[in-house]
Amino acid sequence: MPRRPDAADTSAPGSPPDAAPNRVPADPSEASGPTPATPSGEVSGAASGEAPGSAADSAAGSASDVRSSRAPGPGTAADSGVVAGPAVGVRSGRAANSPRGGLSRALTGWGFALPFTLLFLVFTAGPVVMSLLMSLTDLRGTDLLNPFNVNIVGIDNYVRLFSDAKFLTAAGNTAVFVVVGVPLTMALSLVVALGLNSGLVRFQTVFRVGYYLPVVTSIVAISVVWRFVLQPDTGLLNEILRFVGIDGPNWLNNQTFALPTLIVMGAWRNLGFGMVIFLAGLQAIPKDLYEAATIDGARRFAQFRYLTVPMLRPTMLFVAVITTIGYVQFFEEPFVMTQGGPLDSTLSLAFHTYNQFGFGNYGYASAMGYVLFVVVVLLSIVWFRLLRSNVE
Amino acid sequence: MLSDQLRGRDRVARAALYVLLIGGLVFVVGPFVWMLLSSFKPEAEIRANPPTWWPHELTLANYGTLFDRLDFPTYFTNSAVVAVVTTVGNLLFCSAAGYALAKLPFAGKRVLFGIVLGTLMVPSIVTIVPLFVLSSNLGLVNTLAGLILPYLAQAIGVFLMRQFILSIPDDLLEAARIDAASEWRIFWRIVLPLCRPALAALGILTFLASWNNFLWPLVAATEEETYTLPVALALYAIGQNRTEYDILIAGAVVVVLPVIIVFVLLQRHFVRGIATTGLK
Repeated sequence: MPRRPDAADTSAPGSPPDAAPNRVPADPSEASGPTPATPSGEVSGAASGEAPGSAADSAAGSASDVRSSRAPGPGTAADSGVVAGPAVGVRSGRAANSPRGGLSRALTGWGFALPFTLLFLVFTAGPVVMSLLMSLTDLRGTDLLNPFNVNIVGIDNYVRLFSDAKFLTAAGNTAVFVVVGVPLTMALSLVVALGLNSGLVRFQTVFRVGYYLPVVTSIVAISVVWRFVLQPDTGLLNEILRFVGIDGPNWLNNQTFALPTLIVMGAWRNLGFGMVIFLAGLQAIPKDLYEAATIDGARRFAQFRYLTVPMLRPTMLFVAVITTIGYVQFFEEPFVMTQGGPLDSTLSLAFHTYNQFGFGNYGYASAMGYVLFVVVVLLSIVWFRLLRSNVE
Repeated sequence: MLSDQLRGRDRVARAALYVLLIGGLVFVVGPFVWMLLSSFKPEAEIRANPPTWWPHELTLANYGTLFDRLDFPTYFTNSAVVAVVTTVGNLLFCSAAGYALAKLPFAGKRVLFGIVLGTLMVPSIVTIVPLFVLSSNLGLVNTLAGLILPYLAQAIGVFLMRQFILSIPDDLLEAARIDAASEWRIFWRIVLPLCRPALAALGILTFLASWNNFLWPLVAATEEETYTLPVALALYAIGQNRTEYDILIAGAVVVVLPVIIVFVLLQRHFVRGIATTGLK
């Protein structure tokens, strides 16, 4: 019987490098072995953090001194506390025991964090809060010169959304784009990743680079190219279809085909991203699990269904969430290719929000943006529920 | 261990797999190749019905027209300046803040990290309105600074750097502290050099995201002299010139080609960076 996929949790690409030290051995035999290196490393780290009081005093910073000062362990903590503590007299604990004292280290901490924090608060966190506040007002573009015209209208903007036919259409289109697009993109990228990971295929780099190409290129440029490819008479796609005897439609000018076309284009553009993440996830599955399954007589499909899929769940969750966040906001494709048409059949939520902003309906646009935000969070929760590793 | 019969099946599977993967590859890369080839066709051939694959006649006229009719050098410079400054800024600010969050004690650390995490999922359209109001108040609309500042310190960058720096052993830093090295020195001499893989990934991905960024430049660059490449191309593509495919195709090549070249050259870093960070 294969091990439960706990190990895959920590090796998911979403949890970057620090995941490894935190990993809890899934196998009891590993856990009951000799004390792992990490805790002892922490002890010595803490000790050396507290010991320096004496080392710094004696102004001897050579490596041998470091080692010797580390050896006594926590015992020196009291010493250095006496030395460093009163000198600063503000903080206790580990920070206060450092050579230059707690306050200066706290200041150093902020010194490092401050440039980022200021920019981040002014240009990211601040606007996120402001947007929420604006969504509760009737702010318009013309009000910027005399702010006293702005009234607080509570949740009126949110209520209004539900009687806005264009908003409902855009919400429907976005829902279709996400509900069809995300699974389609994930399935395609998983197929490619499985193919590349099968060990049967050479020229891995060529495939990876090729499949990944659309991900790195500007969606605007891609949209221009695709508009060209999708031209009814002079486009490449219909020419290929004519070759096999199909009379292709005017893809982007047809109410039925426009949105599905954009969905396929989305999958075309994003499958490389899922492929790379899935490949990393697949390579993190220990090979001996497959060997064990083979010995147990599990066939290829059974191995995929009962071994690969469960082990890949955290990776799937990650790809699903990232892809969903991107798809909920789809904007460039309709902007460049269809302008939301024909007859609003490709109008997306982000596009509608952008238009309302363009009309100067700032409060209303903010409300719509927040709805988008809530949708992103809710869908992430849904994915989490669907794909979390259910370890029984 | 495998029987001959299985090997035979593997051979069939391998052939099927190649067909599938190469078919997919043609589907994915085909439009790019067609774009590049078409950019060298004379205008009449671009409009030909049925379309041609290989150009019957090679010409650079489309690029000539592009640079005659549009101020592409300006857009190109704008895009490059914005992307370079944004990248350098993020590398600097995010690694410094990431170091503080990972290894230095300071009041408000948890709150700061909480806020950073909280904004990771915020769609960019949410902040467009307040950002625009803020930029107009600060006189940043239609300046390159206005295009750069909102992206100079991004949550995802700090998150990535913090996670990476956490994996640097404390012993190493403590040893340097005992040597009476200042935190700045430790940061420059020890932390940053160890962060090279993370910095490479963050740098490449930030540069790309900035080069391809569309929504904010579309909103904040209202005059031609501050257009970035995607903005110029998109506005040209939806304006009265929407059918001038000779110019549009050449323009798309100019936007895409630098990125493709950089990507192919650095693809090793890309794949590693993406796999460890999940950034696009």
